[in-house]
Amino acid sequence: MTEFLLIFVSTVLVNNFVLVKFLGLCPLMGVSRKLETAMGMGLATTFVLTLSSVLSHLAQNYLLEPFGLEYLRTIAFIVLIAAVVNFTEMALKKASPVLHNVLGIYLPLITTNCAVLGVALLNVQEEHNLAQAAVYGFGAAVGFSLVLVLFAAMRERLAAADVPKPFQGTPIGLVTAGLMALAFMGFAGLVKV
Amino acid sequence: MWTAILVFTLLALVLGLLLGFAGQAFKVEGDPLADKIDALLPQTQCGQCGYPGCRPYAEAIARGEADINQCPPGGEATIKALADLLGVEPKPLSAEHGVEKPKTVAWIDEQVCIGCTLCIQACPVDAIVGAPKLMHTVIVDECTGCELCVAPCPVDCIYMLPLQAQLEQWRWPSPEERVEIAEAPVPHVSEGRTQALPERGDVA
Repeated sequence: MTEFLLIFVSTVLVNNFVLVKFLGLCPLMGVSRKLETAMGMGLATTFVLTLSSVLSHLAQNYLLEPFGLEYLRTIAFIVLIAAVVNFTEMALKKASPVLHNVLGIYLPLITTNCAVLGVALLNVQEEHNLAQAAVYGFGAAVGFSLVLVLFAAMRERLAAADVPKPFQGTPIGLVTAGLMALAFMGFAGLVKV
Repeated sequence: MWTAILVFTLLALVLGLLLGFAGQAFKVEGDPLADKIDALLPQTQCGQCGYPGCRPYAEAIARGEADINQCPPGGEATIKALADLLGVEPKPLSAEHGVEKPKTVAWIDEQVCIGCTLCIQACPVDAIVGAPKLMHTVIVDECTGCELCVAPCPVDCIYMLPLQAQLEQWRWPSPEERVEIAEAPVPHVSEGRTQALPERGDVA
């Protein structure tokens, strides 16, 4: 149990995928204009990340390794992720058309969110078992959502702030993200993995 | 290699089946009335009705926000079909949205075209092919005759030409039309394209 907690805390805070590993920056800049969309995106990504982490682990152990096809790992994972995203989009369209409209193009773009593929590949690299992979994927997604929501809240304030002209829009967003990354470095000594 | 192909085929098959079943299970019913109205509209996507395309106009009619007489490309036939579908009285085409014209297609004078791509960006149905600084041309079969490409052209090299009758779509003209045809010679669009070219000898 402690082990899972360690993995969880370390992926959410210490090795945060967005601010420490710098994966998944596209949605961070793209969907963080409003707090509600950021929450919706966080939820959708959480679902996709956890599911694809588990599925890619299964595919790695029961499909690729027995047949000696590890060299096709990336393609297999991308196919799996694309299918999961497709499924999520269909489910979301049925469950919440409003959220589906708000997320728009960023929903199918979860497919190309490198954090999703990154989690799947890191699972293999760090030789996680099934439960560890699930916790790792979920932790990465929670970390991603946390950063996304915090960042969106900051950007909502930035929209009203008096920003110098050359820094308006994306530049000040990137500066903010950099400062957040610095702040997250403070968690570095929290867990020793 | 064959294992790889087999395994991936199997993977794709399983995922495809799952997605197919999910697609059935999560099927979202669109607005059936809007679908029916959309089927009657001419799909020119010209925006003359005041909506960004035929589908939004159909949805507006279904919601009761738009009137049925705002579609100039469809003309009287569309208004009548919509009136039948919705059980209302047909009314004349609303003048503020435009007048009914014979079906035309855009045609680009390729000698004059400077390859600016502005018309490509304006085309709602991607019926214009071309590349920057290379001449553009219109795919006649795809063109809906919406005229949206005419205004952006900086050298005015796009003309709207009446569609030449083909075997597949030819029909007996109605009596009024027959008089018009007898009086005005119709320029040709396909095959002998250059015949329809208005005289512009100085440019060529």
